[in-house]
Amino acid sequence: MSNFSDKLKAGDFVVSSEIGPPKGVHLEHCLGEAEHMRDRVTAINVTDIQSAVMRVGSMAVCHMLKERGMEPILQMVCRDRNQLALQSDLLSAVALGIENVLCLTGDHNVMGDHKDSKPVFDLDSVGLLETVTTLMGGHDLAGGELEGDPPVLFPGAVVTPDAEPLEPQLIKMQKKIKAGARFFQTQAVYDSKKFHAFMNEADKFGAPVLLGIVVLKNAGMANYMNKFVAGVNVPAELIDELKADPDKTKSGETGCEIAARTIRECRDCCQGVHIMPLGWDDKVPHILDLAGL
Amino acid sequence: MLITERKPLDEVLAMVEGSKSVFLAVCGGCPEACETTAPAEVEAFVKDLKDNGKTVVSQVEIDFLCNKALIALRLGRHMEALQKADAVFVLSCGVGVQATAAMVGKPCYPALNTIAAGGVQGLWRGDERCGECGDCVLDRTGGICPITGCAKTLLNGACGGSDKGICEVSPERPCGWYLIYERLRELGQLDKLLTPVKPKAWGKFEAPPEMRGTILWALEAEEPAPDEQEVTQ
Repeated sequence: MSNFSDKLKAGDFVVSSEIGPPKGVHLEHCLGEAEHMRDRVTAINVTDIQSAVMRVGSMAVCHMLKERGMEPILQMVCRDRNQLALQSDLLSAVALGIENVLCLTGDHNVMGDHKDSKPVFDLDSVGLLETVTTLMGGHDLAGGELEGDPPVLFPGAVVTPDAEPLEPQLIKMQKKIKAGARFFQTQAVYDSKKFHAFMNEADKFGAPVLLGIVVLKNAGMANYMNKFVAGVNVPAELIDELKADPDKTKSGETGCEIAARTIRECRDCCQGVHIMPLGWDDKVPHILDLAGL
Repeated sequence: MLITERKPLDEVLAMVEGSKSVFLAVCGGCPEACETTAPAEVEAFVKDLKDNGKTVVSQVEIDFLCNKALIALRLGRHMEALQKADAVFVLSCGVGVQATAAMVGKPCYPALNTIAAGGVQGLWRGDERCGECGDCVLDRTGGICPITGCAKTLLNGACGGSDKGICEVSPERPCGWYLIYERLRELGQLDKLLTPVKPKAWGKFEAPPEMRGTILWALEAEEPAPDEQEVTQ
C-alpha cells in the first residue's frame, strides 16, 4: 500500500501538499515546486485542470513525481470525463503505480477559461468514489469483470469545515464515506474554533481528516477569498495582522506564521495537514518548522 | 407531445413505505391532451395502491398541475383530505410534481417518469423545469429537481461551489441542492440524503422509437374533413 495510506492507518500525523501543472509543456518549474517539499511531506496532490483552466493533466505529473521518488495524490474531477474515461484513467493510474486518488466534483466550466465547453458531470464526487470502490471489487460500472487481480487504490474526498450551512456538508461527508472515501482533505481553514466544532461532529464518522491550509500572501488575497471562494472565511483579525507589517507580509513571514499557528491550534483534533501553497512551495518547510512538525 | 410512463410498482411502494394514506393529484392538462395518463391508467394505479394496503384519501384532477395558483385554488377545496394524507402522489410531468411539492407541505412523490415533454411541457409553468430524464428522482429530493435545479446535474448533494445557498456559476442562481436540503429539512426527511444515488442512466433521456411514434397522434385524431365545396364558394 501507499506510504500515505500506511501512515494514516498507523495513526501518524500526516502532511500532504499540492502542486498545479502549468498551461504549456514545460514542467521543470512545477516539478521544482515538489522538490522544495519532498523531504517534508508524505504525499503531494496534483490538481486536475484546476479552476477549469486548461493545462497539463494530473496523471502525467503524478507519474513524473513517482519517477522522482515522491508519492502523488491524483486529483480527479467529474467535469471533463464520462464514466468510460474516468474508469479508464483510474486503471491507467494504477498501471503507472499511482494509488492515492482524490475524488472531486470539479468547478463548473464557467469558472474557467473555456466557458462554452460542455460540462460532463456524468458522475459526481460520490459517484466517482463508488466507481473506485467498484473497480477495487474487480468490476466496472457496467458489471463487467476486470482481468487479473483487482486494482489497489486509496480513495479520498474533500469537505468544507466552514461551509454555510454546515449540515449538508456533514451529510455529504457521511455519504462519501459510505461510497468509499478513506480520507478527507479540507477546504482552507482560518478559524481554529470553527474547525474544532466541525471536527467534533466529523470525528464521529471515523475517517481521517487533513486540515486544509492555504498560505495567505496578503490582505488582498484574503479579501478576494472572502468574497469569491465558497466556504472560505478569513477572520478580520487575520486581515489586520497581514496589514500591520507590510514588509513582513511581503516576505511571506506573516502568512507562514498564521499557517503554522492554525496547524498548532488544530493538530490535536485532526489526523494531518494538507498545505496548498499556491506557488509558495519553498515556504512549506519553514511553515512546518514553525508548526513543530 | 408529453410522453410519460408509470414508475415500476416496487419503486412507488418504496416511496410510501411506512405511510398509510395517500392523496392523488392528477394532471388533466397535457396528459389528457396527449393521452399519456388515461383514466383507466389512473384507476389501475389506485387499485395497485389499495391492493398493497394503502388508503387513497382523495383523488383530485387539476388541469395544468404546472400552475401553482391553480394548485392552491383547487387543492384548497380538499384541505381536509390533504391533511389526512401522509404523502401525495402526483400523476403529471416533472414540472407538475415540483409545482405541487412547492404548494403542499407534505412529501410529494412522482408516480410517473417523464420521458419527453415536447412542445407542451408545463403549459402554464412557473420556475419549475423538468429534465425529462425518464427516471424521476423527485421522491428523494423533496420535489425539487436536481437535474434542472443544479448547474452540474449532481445527484448526491451540493458541490464545494455552493455558498450560503448560491450557486458558483452565478450570484443570481440559487443552489438547487441548498433548496433541496431546506425542503427536506422542513419535511423531516434529511435522512433521504444519506444514501448514495447511483449515476443517471443517460440512455433513458431519449424516448424509445415506439413512444416517439406517438407524435402522429395529432394527425390520427378523428376530425371531420372540411367541406371543400363550401370553402371554394
